[in-house]
Amino acid sequence: MGDNPSRSTDATAGGSGVTGRHARSAGTGVSPSSYEEPPIGGGGAPLQRKARFSMETGFRGLSVAAGAMVLVIIVAIAVFLISKAIPALQANTANFFTDTKWFPNDAQPNFGIAAIAFGTVLSSVIALLVAVPIALGIALFLSHYAPKRLANPLGFVIDLLAAVPSVVFGLWGRDVFSQPVKDFSVWLNHYFGWIPIFGGDGPFGRSILLGSLVLAIMVLPIVTSLSREVFQQTPGMNEEAALALGATKWEMIRTAVLPYGKPGVIAAVMLGLGRALGETIALALTLGTVFTISFNLIQTGGNSIAANIANTFGEANNIGRGALIASGLVLFAITLVVNMAARAIIYRRREFRDSAA
Amino acid sequence: MSMTTRSYLAGVVMTPDNIRTKKLPLGINLLVAVVAFGLAAAIVYGLGIGNWVLVVALGWILYLVGLFVAASRVEGRRAARNRAWQSLIYSACVLAILPLASVVWTLVSKGWERLDANFFNTSMNNIGARDPNGGAYHAIIGTLEQVGIATLIAVPLGVLGAIYLVEYGRGKFANTVRFFVDVMTGIPSIVAGLFILSFWVLIVSPWFNNGEPRFSGFAAALALSVLMLPTIVRSTEEMLRLVPGPLREGAYALGVPQWKTILKIVVPTALPGIVTGVMLAVARAAGETAPVLLVAGGADAINFNPFGGNQSSLALFVYQQAGDASKYAPARAWTAALTLVAVVLILTIVAKMLARRNSLTR
Repeated sequence: MGDNPSRSTDATAGGSGVTGRHARSAGTGVSPSSYEEPPIGGGGAPLQRKARFSMETGFRGLSVAAGAMVLVIIVAIAVFLISKAIPALQANTANFFTDTKWFPNDAQPNFGIAAIAFGTVLSSVIALLVAVPIALGIALFLSHYAPKRLANPLGFVIDLLAAVPSVVFGLWGRDVFSQPVKDFSVWLNHYFGWIPIFGGDGPFGRSILLGSLVLAIMVLPIVTSLSREVFQQTPGMNEEAALALGATKWEMIRTAVLPYGKPGVIAAVMLGLGRALGETIALALTLGTVFTISFNLIQTGGNSIAANIANTFGEANNIGRGALIASGLVLFAITLVVNMAARAIIYRRREFRDSAA
Repeated sequence: MSMTTRSYLAGVVMTPDNIRTKKLPLGINLLVAVVAFGLAAAIVYGLGIGNWVLVVALGWILYLVGLFVAASRVEGRRAARNRAWQSLIYSACVLAILPLASVVWTLVSKGWERLDANFFNTSMNNIGARDPNGGAYHAIIGTLEQVGIATLIAVPLGVLGAIYLVEYGRGKFANTVRFFVDVMTGIPSIVAGLFILSFWVLIVSPWFNNGEPRFSGFAAALALSVLMLPTIVRSTEEMLRLVPGPLREGAYALGVPQWKTILKIVVPTALPGIVTGVMLAVARAAGETAPVLLVAGGADAINFNPFGGNQSSLALFVYQQAGDASKYAPARAWTAALTLVAVVLILTIVAKMLARRNSLTR
């Protein structure tokens, strides 16, 4: 058993060799040959040692199993989703990746994720385009502009917002926010209808624009709190050096804070993207549920993988469930890649920071 | 700055008045604002292209531009740019607070309507489209049971996993686990729901139910525990790392084995922080709708048994009432949303208060 290295490194008192030998003799359970060893660092009868050792192994094994559980769950998610998706994909009469229709419950099931995958990406990207500049503004305000008495409560409120359930934002988007967005859409269509994304002749309202704006509000707290943390970690020396060279506050932020925080901000944005891609209920309540690929932002329409699962799960039959699971598998793969990339950036940055410190 | 240098070179004596750069007087600032909004109102109403919202938006843009121009003439380009960015950053804050204030206001004003005793002690059983009453008792029961079971599953696993990462984990495997714990925090809740659907509801539950798949509150609890696990591991790991090394060394020096040191010294020291992390995870799980929708099935009647039959939850209740055609449904949805937000926020605030009183800080 390679039991002792960590223990002996932690418990630096007593020679590691001594502990090692004890563990071995205890492990074999042979009655002790303590006359071979110098008595220092010994202590305790061998039989008692053995009992402790087994407890130690048991606890360690338990904790290793709990740690490994995370890997097991991630692998299990992939395995079980694939196993349930395959029958539906085999029954599918259309191309799963290029088709836009979603009729998995028909006698001749035909469905494809092209439209809903497109809607997922489009709504998330627009949400980030809206949310990221605002989130960075708030993060800079909290870290560099606001007086401390204001920054702490405001940061607390932003953290609380991250805890508000998505169904509440969805309900608000549908019952309250949709009316102003509808008016705005009509206005946009009237004056900017010549731009294709604002074209069309209605109806307006439950559109990609509404879904994306609600999504933006939900992503905002995550991006804000992560970027704020990064900005606060900027070494004071760098900031003071910039100011000492005569930089204005904004120039200091541009030359010292933003370059230092760039990897962290990228990671924060990608985590926000992961959250936006997987968001379900808010989009299920605000999007128009249409299975077409269209860049039009303001006409009623739009759909996403997650929203489609929530909306059509109720009437799905066996193949229909398999089809939804297959679309969920695609979503899982996308978010896994986005999250892994984000974490890889954060990890590299952490090593960089730790070695610099 | 450049001005002071120049004047110094010209041999002018420096006084407090001329070493400071010139600042834009507040009066001009206000003047720019008045002119900008006046101009915006004139344009918008004169051409009839919009209402007061457009006036505010256009006025704000004109104000920022006007301020930049005025400041560049008085203070110089760099100071003007500084001022412009500062205004933009302040505007971002105001812009973000507006929708949030609206959410809070709507929650309270619309949720107030049905906030009565009937809402909290009746279910939706036999409540038709024309019945104004009906409540969320069954949903509250469901939320409590599901979140409770999920906590019972996720907390031991999560704490043990964190103990592995901090106390035992060395080398590549530990790093892999740590990395995937972080990745797992980003798994969408609907994917966790689909996982339990395909694993528990469609494969395991038929064994206990004569070959028929069965929705249950327990399945929802499993899905929620999948979502809670990484959060708990992360927060517990951070807390365990804050426990001072000398405490462990002291225990080792007294001959206490490592497992006992962890259970009796390390975990109790970090306990307040661990509790904070668990409460935050519970708050998040209580607000999840998608997994419950997929695996608990939703129900109108009260069902105390989490292992048999459909169950609802507060979040799912909000979603279902939002999709209900009855004219009384929105009021129920908003009241349930208000209840849900209250529960989640109270949990979060208490957790953060505990965290502040925690003596282990970075």
